[in-house]
Amino acid sequence: MEQDMITTDILIIGAGPTGLFAVFEAGLLKLKCHLIDALAQPGGQCSELYPKKPIYDIPGFPEVLAGDLVTNLMKQIEPFQPGFTLGERAQTIEKLEDGSFIVATSKGTKHHAKIVAIAGGLGSFEPRKPAIKGIEKYEDKGLAYMIKDPEVYRDKKVVIAGGGDSALDWSIFLANVASEVTLVHRREEFRGALDSVEKVQDLVNAKKIRLITPAEILDVSGEDKVASVLLQHNDKAKRMEVIECDAFIPLFGLAPKLGPIGDWGLEIEKNAIKVDNTLDYQTNIPGIYAIGDVNTYPGKLKLILCGFHEATLMCQSAYQRIFPDKRYVMKYTTVGGIDGFDGSRKEAEKAVVKKIGVN
Amino acid sequence: MTDVNVTIIDREGVEHKVLAPTDMNMNLMEVCKAYDLPVQAVCGGMAMCATCQCYIISDHDLGERNEDEQAMLWEAQNVKDTSRLGCQVPITEKLEGLIVELAPEE
Repeated sequence: MEQDMITTDILIIGAGPTGLFAVFEAGLLKLKCHLIDALAQPGGQCSELYPKKPIYDIPGFPEVLAGDLVTNLMKQIEPFQPGFTLGERAQTIEKLEDGSFIVATSKGTKHHAKIVAIAGGLGSFEPRKPAIKGIEKYEDKGLAYMIKDPEVYRDKKVVIAGGGDSALDWSIFLANVASEVTLVHRREEFRGALDSVEKVQDLVNAKKIRLITPAEILDVSGEDKVASVLLQHNDKAKRMEVIECDAFIPLFGLAPKLGPIGDWGLEIEKNAIKVDNTLDYQTNIPGIYAIGDVNTYPGKLKLILCGFHEATLMCQSAYQRIFPDKRYVMKYTTVGGIDGFDGSRKEAEKAVVKKIGVN
Repeated sequence: MTDVNVTIIDREGVEHKVLAPTDMNMNLMEVCKAYDLPVQAVCGGMAMCATCQCYIISDHDLGERNEDEQAMLWEAQNVKDTSRLGCQVPITEKLEGLIVELAPEE
């Protein structure tokens, strides 16, 4: 086995709510998990599309913001020390003779796991790219469609394009990191959470962000990395302007694609993976499961709460597959407590047994 | 309660004549999904993904785009003057005879 390979029991593809909760259920069975996600942060759609929107049908939560749900899930699974490969898309899968799998990502990171659980939602989110010819050659050379590590931009000149939450939020964040932040949008109006819009306004007033609207970036230039962008003001004069910069970050939202998973030999129906819902949400390939929005079966509902249930049954089946000879009975967390892989233990407080007398 | 007749032209140019209920609090995106037409509706109706973008072919007046819809259509691709997000178009009796065409997938 190659030395630099990531090894785990269950490899979860997709770090949305379903994938995250699977870590918890696996942890109760002492199975280790590692997650791959094409996005730069865990949470899937909840973090990327609507972190500030409320969800009303999570059992036990009359109302919870999607972003808070992710934060809570991350806290819940922390004792089970999941590993993450973020900002990389699961690309290829290979089944070994012993029944285990090797999954490689778009960036070549290899993962070896006994079980693969696809919790890929609607697929990997691919950034919408601006229609600029030859822009690909600057990718990872000053051009980025998502921000993985904001420190990369410390003391750099950054141009951000876009009019949504991520353009607003990253402009706010980078205003205190980068030496220069220019925010460009096709329109004068931005669409985002009220406090984000207001904060950007404050930073523009304080001259910490240079705002150029309505305008569009038409071209990128530079020898072997981004050195400047060509901008057109969308006013009557259609004035052109060259902005020198170290980085160009177009944040035009993301479009989901089932992507390479569609070529793994899995049975697909209407962009979703067919699974056995009478038992364990296993696909047509033994050892590969599909849970959450990515799967389909008669009566399927794409709800987070259904994904949680599917993740739970998947883990039980995965355990039996890994340890076919072991007998196991499900134990309530209230009874058994939680033993983290980090040595932490949570358990219910013991009741006291004590005589109550009369003085 | 009444149903309205709506014609949806899919991306292969095939016309689907469907009945859409006006009393179920449904929108055009949901009607497409109910009839298994290829609309992904990634965000589930929050005007955040534009996968339900369609072009209004008939001359029905659907009123102004709302703010969320407008903002999404600024960022989406293949947008025309007749573009609407299906999820922001409620099914009402005014839509009788509506003809729409699904926009290409990005």
